[in-house]
Parts: sequence; C-alpha cells; structure tokens
Amino acid sequence: MSEVRRFLGDAGLVAARDLRIEFRSRVVVGQVVPFALLVLVLFGFALDADHRTLRMFASGLFWVAVLLSALLAVHRSAALELSDGTLDALRMSGLPPAALFLGKATAVFVQLMLLEVVLLGGLLVLYGVQVVDPMLLLVSGLLAGVAVAAAGTLYGALASGLGVRETLLPILLLPVLAPVLIGATRAFDDALGSVAVDGWAWTGLLAVAALIATVVGALVHGVLIED
Amino acid sequence: MAGRDETPGTTGSRGSRLLGCVALASLGVLGVLAFVLTGPDVRIHPTTGEEFGQFDAVRMLYLHVPMAILMYASFLLCAVASVGVLVKRTPWWDVMAHSTAEVGTVLCGLVLVTGSIWGRPVWNTWWEWGDVRLMTTLVLFLLFAGYLALRGTTSDPRRQERQAAVVALVAVLDIPLVNRSVEWWENRTLHQRSTLEELKIEDLTLFTLMFGFLTFGLVVWWLTLQRFRVGWLERAAIDHAVGSAIAERRSETSAVELDAAIGVSDDPAGEESP
Amino acid sequence: MAGRYRDGVPVVELRGAVALLGNFPALAGVDLTVESGEVVLLRGPNGAGKTTLLRLCAGLVRPESGSVEVLGHDLVRERRSVRRRVALLGHATGLYDDLTVNQNVRFWTRAAGLSAVEAIERTASALLRMGLSERLLGQPVHTLSAGQRRRASLAALVVRRPGLWLLDEPHASLDQSGRDVVDGLVGDAVAAGATVLVSSHELERVAGLGPRVVTISGGVVVDDTGPAVGGGSRV
Repeated sequence: MSEVRRFLGDAGLVAARDLRIEFRSRVVVGQVVPFALLVLVLFGFALDADHRTLRMFASGLFWVAVLLSALLAVHRSAALELSDGTLDALRMSGLPPAALFLGKATAVFVQLMLLEVVLLGGLLVLYGVQVVDPMLLLVSGLLAGVAVAAAGTLYGALASGLGVRETLLPILLLPVLAPVLIGATRAFDDALGSVAVDGWAWTGLLAVAALIATVVGALVHGVLIED
Repeated sequence: MAGRDETPGTTGSRGSRLLGCVALASLGVLGVLAFVLTGPDVRIHPTTGEEFGQFDAVRMLYLHVPMAILMYASFLLCAVASVGVLVKRTPWWDVMAHSTAEVGTVLCGLVLVTGSIWGRPVWNTWWEWGDVRLMTTLVLFLLFAGYLALRGTTSDPRRQERQAAVVALVAVLDIPLVNRSVEWWENRTLHQRSTLEELKIEDLTLFTLMFGFLTFGLVVWWLTLQRFRVGWLERAAIDHAVGSAIAERRSETSAVELDAAIGVSDDPAGEESP
Repeated sequence: MAGRYRDGVPVVELRGAVALLGNFPALAGVDLTVESGEVVLLRGPNGAGKTTLLRLCAGLVRPESGSVEVLGHDLVRERRSVRRRVALLGHATGLYDDLTVNQNVRFWTRAAGLSAVEAIERTASALLRMGLSERLLGQPVHTLSAGQRRRASLAALVVRRPGLWLLDEPHASLDQSGRDVVDGLVGDAVAAGATVLVSSHELERVAGLGPRVVTISGGVVVDDTGPAVGGGSRV
C-alpha cells in the first residue's frame, strides 16, 4: 500500500513540477491556447461560413483544433526534459519511469482540459453551437483528453529520449490518434445535437483508447527515455 | 546469414537466387493467368437479364487480395520481431523488424493503389471515405510511414532499436481501434465483404487466386530476405568500423604528447603511490 | 545513504569497458577498480574519455562490451538500484530554467525519495552551504550566472547524501570561493566515507586531498598511481 502511495506521490511530484513550470512560464496559456482559438477563427474564414455550416462541422473542427494544439503542448512538455541535462538528472533520480510518465501525462491532461474549455467557449460564441447533453460532453471530453495526453506524452518521450527532430512528432502521433479523433467528434456531434448518433457508444471507444494509451505509456516509458 | 566477420560483396546466395528466379517466373505465370486465361466477371441479372458484375476490374483482385494478406502477415511479423527486440535485445530481431516493416509498407502502398484502381470502375470512385478496410489500411500505411521516418533519422540503428520497437507495437495495437472506429463511423461499407463468394468462382478463377497467394508469398519472402541481408551487412559494417576505431583509439596515446597536453610534467600525487 | 557500501567490495569495478558515442569509441577498454572511501583524480587531455567514464559509472552510458559494476550492482541490469546512491555533476546543470533555485533543489530532493519536511530542511542547509544568498533562492534559474547555477546544481546533489560522487570538472566556471566550496564538499564527503571520482585539469586543487591519480588517454587508462587508501588491486 505504501508502495502505491509512494508511486502516486512521485507521479504527483512530477505533475506539480510541470504545472509549476507552466504557471511560471505561461507557454501553454499564453501561446498554445491563443493558437487554438486562432485555428477556430481560421476555419471560419476558410469555410466562408454562416452559423449553420459551422454548427454542422463544429465538433470536427473543435477536435482538429485540439489535436493541433495538443502537438504544441506535448512538444513543450517534452522540451522541458531537453533543457540543460534535466533528462539525465531524472534518469539519475531513481524516479520510476512509469511515475514519471503518469506525472507528465497528468500535467499535459490538465493543460488540455483548459484548452478544451476555452475552445468550447469559442464554439459557443463564434459558431453559435448549443450543448444538448452536457454530461456526454464532459465525459467524452475528459476521456479523449486522457487518450491524447497519454499518447502524446509517450511520443514526446520518444522525441526527448532520442533527440529526434520535432517534425517527427506529428507524423508519429496523429495517425495513432485517428480513432480518438473519430470517436471524440462523433460523441460531440451527439452532445451538441448536430448529428443523431449514439454518443455514449463512442465514449466507450474513447475509454478503451484512453486506457490502452495510459497502460502502454506507463509500461514502455522506461524503454523510451533510456538509451 | 552472413557471419559478422565475413564480408560478402552481395546479398545473394544460391538459395536466394533460385528463390528469386522462381518468384519472377511465378509472377509471369500469374500475369498470364490473371490477364489472359481467366475471363472477366460478367453475371446476368436473373430477372432483368442485364449484364452486371466487375467485368475486367476483377483481374485486379488476383493481385490486390494476396498483397493485402501478405501485408498483414508482414506487419504481424514486424510486431513479433519488435517484441523480440524488447525481450532479447539482439540485432537479429531488430533487422527483422525493420525489414518486415519496410516490405509491409511497400505492400500497403501497393494495396492502396491497386484497390483504388479497382474501385474506379467498380465503385465509380477512386476513393471511398465510408469504407472500413480502405480507411484502416490508409491509417496503417501512415503509422508505418512514421515508423520508417523514425528509422531514417539516424544511420546508427542501435541507438533506436527499442524505441522503434515500441512505435511498431503501438501501431499494431492501434489497428483494432482504428478498424472499430471506422466501422462505426457512418456504419456502412462498400467493401466486398464476400468478394470471393459473390463472384462466379470457377475452377480457374480460384486457381488463379491461390496461385496469386503463392506467387506473392515467394516475392515477399525474397524481398524480406534481401532486405534482411542488407540490414545485416549494415550492422556488420558498423561493427567492423567500431572495431577498427577501438583499435585505433587504443594506439592514439604517446606519453610525451600526453604530458604536453595535460600541461604537467611532475606527478602531483606521486608521493601517495604505494 | 552515505558511507561505505560493503567492506571488501569495490565501489567501482570496470573490466574492459568499451563505450560508444555514436560509432566513436570514447572508451576503448577501461579497467579500473576503486575501493570504498578512495578519492580518484582522473586526468587526461581533452577527448580522452573522462566525461564518458564518469557517465558510464553513473549508468547514463551503456557499455558496448566489458563489465561495469558500481556499488556491487551490475550497471546494465540493475542501474535503477544504483543511481539513487550516485551523484553526477556533469557539464549540464540539470536545473529547470523557469523554476527558482529553491523549487529546483526541492524537486530533486523530493525525487530522491525524501519527505516534504525533510526536503525543506535539507534544501535550505544545502543551499546555504553552497554559498547561495537568500536573495538568489527565489529567483528563476535562467537569471543566474553560470557559477551560481553550478552551485545550485551541486546543492541538488548534496541533499541526496550519495555514496559515490562523480564530479566532472567541478571547478569549471566557479570563482575562488566557489572552488573552495567544492573542495570542502569533497573533503566532507570523504570524511563521511563516500567515494569520489573527480576529473579535473586543476591538479593542484585536488592534490590536497591526497588522491590516487589515474591518467586516461585514447579511451584507456595509461597510468595509475594505485589505490591511495585500502588494499585494492592495482590495475
């Protein structure tokens, strides 16, 4: 029991550190979130759209904006470990790699939630959508956030562990997230009342994706950050 | 396989040349079977009496279906080899994973292209978004394109073999999810769930299809073997280079230069020597 | 965590250790045995392999061949159990730029498994000992000078009370008082029974500690004055 508590304590320590860094540097709040809103606005321009068209595509545009912004957030999270020998120091610290993974994924998750809330505000104001099923919206948004944060942290670790170029992150991460994009979009379609589908079934798929991404990430993180 | 110290100038061996020749001959025979000897798929509608079916497009399936099956086999082998890399950490598994992934990706691309060419006359479109297998295959292609991009980032395969293994395993694990999600998505599929049952299966048609499996089996075997040997030779070349670099480095030192470089002539802790 | 590991078992035992950086053999077969409580000075020209040797002992570089045992553990299979008791001061600081000195050191202290209360106490005393003024502790690391960062970096290691110190040119970028702090630290570590491997070009500074001098060049040990204390085998 104390083992578990200690493990969770380590994960919490890492999550708190990443969030503290974010709080002090404001990279996600000051750069990533505005970028996400910008994407929403650009979609509006590109589709030359009235509210009706935008409402129809709102959930898809929302999740594309989330994924694009998540790339930036994940990259930022991974870049923290590239600064001045901190990855080596982490390897030396004896923190379990799984706890490190969970901590970093949690921090990314918290930032993604903030992103989703702001983007949802954007949808309500800019696209004029209405929330039909808030519970479905909340649960599917949370689960998709977990899946994106976990898969993102997994591939972010790959980028920092190998020192590979950041251009590799999108082409590795985005195909893996294809099912999450589809599932989250469908669930939101239902929650926003734009398409009649069974959003809860899709939420089940998101739950499976979130579970797999978290478990696999925790298991293989040690492989990814060690040489 | 070539031993680490031998350095053959070719990836061929008597066995693989024979295999290559047989594979090439089979491809020729398959071409004749598929494009000349078998007939087009023409069926007569029982009530209206109109002709329908896939006509000449059906010939593409003799290539498309075997390639698709072998693509899955290659990726499956890649997943197995990736597990081998994580468990055993030996170069053999890593070269195997890389080879099968590369061959599988080529097959995957060909499957997409042949499928698209087939779909143009039969479905009247190059690309059908609502089709499960089509979308799954595309995502599979993209996943492994990412894998190969990762492998292309360094010339030293040892630095990333375990990371690459993780990427391959995640890609393979992701496939059921992709498949499920696309299947629910729109919940409709154009793909011939029972292409083979629906066709007039004549003896020659069935034989051609089976022959297609055999032929592509040989071709893929040959390709994988060659690719494996190239990878193995690359490993041997690196090992060889490292070996000679070690020998060179050992002989790099001369005492006089050393003292000059360090800038001290007397040993500051000499009195501490036992 | 300080103190002798186990009597009779060398703290560091390298046999024919080869380590690669890419395809370059930074270490081309090193044999080295360090007994508990020894101070070993590594010297050698630039590119001799000193840094890689220290990183190898920390388990950060994987040996290509040969065996590496640190604190009685095989470093390939059991490195996680070793690393917590080893402190490596490298060229990089291992500090997060956006966090304050205090936050950084406290994070690494907690990461080493200390409770929050212990962490606060040890962090405070370690920072004080490194000669960092109160005023600096609340500043983000990116506003610090190179020497101040190095002191903070050392503080984050001191709190862990390691049994083996690996110091890679610890005097670099430090002023006179900083150098004295480092020397004092090494002295205290030895007094507490820890083992120290230090690479330095400033032999006269370390000489006061009466070290065993190991000269490295071309990735191999070319000269070794032998163990200064204890009766370990001479390589």
